[in-house]
Amino acid sequence: MSTEMIKTTYREAIRAAIRDAMLRDERVFLMGEDVGRYGGCFAVSKGLLDEFGPERIRDTPLSESAFVGAGIGAAMGGVRPIVEIMTVNFSLLALDQIVNNAATILHMSGGQFNIPLVIRMTTGAGRQLAAQHSHSLEGWYAHIPGIKVLTPATLEDARGMLWPALEDPDPVLIFENGLLYNMEGELAADAGPVDISKAAIRRPGQHISLITYGGTLFKTLAAADELARDGIDAEVVDLRILRPLDTEMIVDSVTRTHRAVIIDEGWRSGSISAEIMARIMENAFYELDAPVARVCSVEVPMPYPKHLEDAAIPQVPAIVAASRRVVTGHE
Amino acid sequence: MSEFRMPSLGADMEFGTLVDWRVKPGDVVKRGDVVALVETEKGVIEVEIFENGMIDSLVVQPGQKVPVGTTLATLQSDGKKIEAQAAPASAAIAPVATAAVKEEKPPLKASVALALVAEASRLRASPLARKRAQELGVDLSGIPGTGVDGSITVVDVERAAGSVKPSAAPTTPAPPVTPKGLDLAAMRRVIAAAMARSKREIPHYYLSTTIDMRRSLDWLAAENAKRPVTKRLLYSALLIRAVALALRSTPELNGFWIDDGFQASEGIHIGVAISLRQGGLINPALHDVDKKHLDELMENMLDLVNRARTGHLRSSELSDGTITVTNLGEQGVETVFGVIYPPQVALVGFGKITERAEASNGMVGARPMIDATLAADHRVSDGHRGGRFLLAIGRLLQEPEKL
Repeated sequence: MSTEMIKTTYREAIRAAIRDAMLRDERVFLMGEDVGRYGGCFAVSKGLLDEFGPERIRDTPLSESAFVGAGIGAAMGGVRPIVEIMTVNFSLLALDQIVNNAATILHMSGGQFNIPLVIRMTTGAGRQLAAQHSHSLEGWYAHIPGIKVLTPATLEDARGMLWPALEDPDPVLIFENGLLYNMEGELAADAGPVDISKAAIRRPGQHISLITYGGTLFKTLAAADELARDGIDAEVVDLRILRPLDTEMIVDSVTRTHRAVIIDEGWRSGSISAEIMARIMENAFYELDAPVARVCSVEVPMPYPKHLEDAAIPQVPAIVAASRRVVTGHE
Repeated sequence: MSEFRMPSLGADMEFGTLVDWRVKPGDVVKRGDVVALVETEKGVIEVEIFENGMIDSLVVQPGQKVPVGTTLATLQSDGKKIEAQAAPASAAIAPVATAAVKEEKPPLKASVALALVAEASRLRASPLARKRAQELGVDLSGIPGTGVDGSITVVDVERAAGSVKPSAAPTTPAPPVTPKGLDLAAMRRVIAAAMARSKREIPHYYLSTTIDMRRSLDWLAAENAKRPVTKRLLYSALLIRAVALALRSTPELNGFWIDDGFQASEGIHIGVAISLRQGGLINPALHDVDKKHLDELMENMLDLVNRARTGHLRSSELSDGTITVTNLGEQGVETVFGVIYPPQVALVGFGKITERAEASNGMVGARPMIDATLAADHRVSDGHRGGRFLLAIGRLLQEPEKL
């Protein structure tokens, strides 16, 4: 394995993944709003139209329901569509296609038709895009049997999750946190596909498990660094996949640290963070040395003003305070 | 909503381990139902509930050791809370007396400890801390909690394990074989504490008299001749019944010394000292002995002894004896000088029945005689009253057919 590293961004890593998939398999194509001529709303697909042409990089009308439905049909027909939805908020227009069709057809057809569809979409707040572009609804999708939900946070995962998602015989949703696109870092020049079944420990620690995914991973890692200065050795678990959840790794981590805080940019009520807490109770109750805590978004529509948006979503000081309270009994 | 708490099953009980639930949420219970099994130093006790209602939730899980007064379960009450001490049989046997019973003072919990812990809040400890405490044999109560909301964490437990003496392990070496559910060393400590307290706090006075048992034994022989073996009566039933009836006229011997004052008990619940085969002593109560027919009393006695020796006593039996009778005749003892079981205020002792040369009406004859003694609390009664009490017992035993 080469150790050569290249400087790149999350956005470029996603683009590299799409490119790689298009080159590996000519059945793969990308479609969505403004993915072609405009280069993608978040510039992810910039340059791909020139390289692969309009047959494989397809601009669609502004109708999420229509183009997600077309993607389902295409997948049934034997090709490998990557459907891009601009944000998770807009995916609600396609909810019927995703939940009632993509997730159920294998079952409804008695196993005759599987849907090898990949849907990518942006999620999360922090860019002053207000209440119709900023919510984190991936936890909702994690409720639905029949689909997989991936939340790449690192460059490796941005680069590596797409191909195994395309290889999966069933629908896979990939949620890209909008704040991460500009994240720079180093990635192995030969980075390629990664596992999409396991959570990952991004920072080993012994005093508390900080369980998170997606956009809050790096805030959580920053919080862990701050906690370390107080002598609290936090373990950071990156869920990576919200459905199916890697319960084993969650339980294993909590069994070692005996404490947990879940950091989730989604709202708290009925959330994936609630599901994780439930699994900890179910599987590791007698290992717990403190009540499990959560840092979630404030339950309001995402505010537009910067200071209010910052106050509404999980931030490092809140993660530090919650963790400290769980470990030491006070903040 | 009301709470069902870990009862005090004896003057010196501080903790109980919930062994098993006999109910589950949603079950409808009525006063007197056995709802749980609790292990104490005295063995596994069937704990009754004293309220009618529906079990709402079970707060404490089997295996947990909790202080007296800890909420074990919550109950949707049907609003008819019945005093714990209300005599179980009274309502059924004498409906007229019910009103009087309900107006009785608040239950006389036979424990000062209960009053002390009643206000203590529920112990907060993490699941891991509880597990570790059980492994280490550490008593969670009294450990300062440093966790969230002052809860006890595993670190607190481990810290305490170094300095606090384990509650489960006795300070003296444990006997090699301990019968199921019974920690003899712990029981010995309980007896030690109760008896030391008795001798420290209670100014005992002692009286003794000799009672002619001829009439009682003759009546018993005639009575038993008519009965199948299983229904035969023992003379100790006559003794206990006589004590109960004599107490009616000397209420100052029946009740509790609590908070520097005497609280007479309406019910006459006679604690009978039962020695256990594996050693140790237990003092469960026969309820409302003054209201029971001899047959019923006999049945109760056999049942009680049997359950005491197999470790299946009920909570009320352990906590609400109002006086104790100890009969050491079988051991060949002639005279018992008893130690009062606090917070009771009297103990009646009987020795063995021996034939003695007894002069009466100018004639000397061989008569079966028994020594009856009274140890009583001088804060409550005086020798004059105690003497009348013993005299009454002797008189009652001359008319056994009326017992």
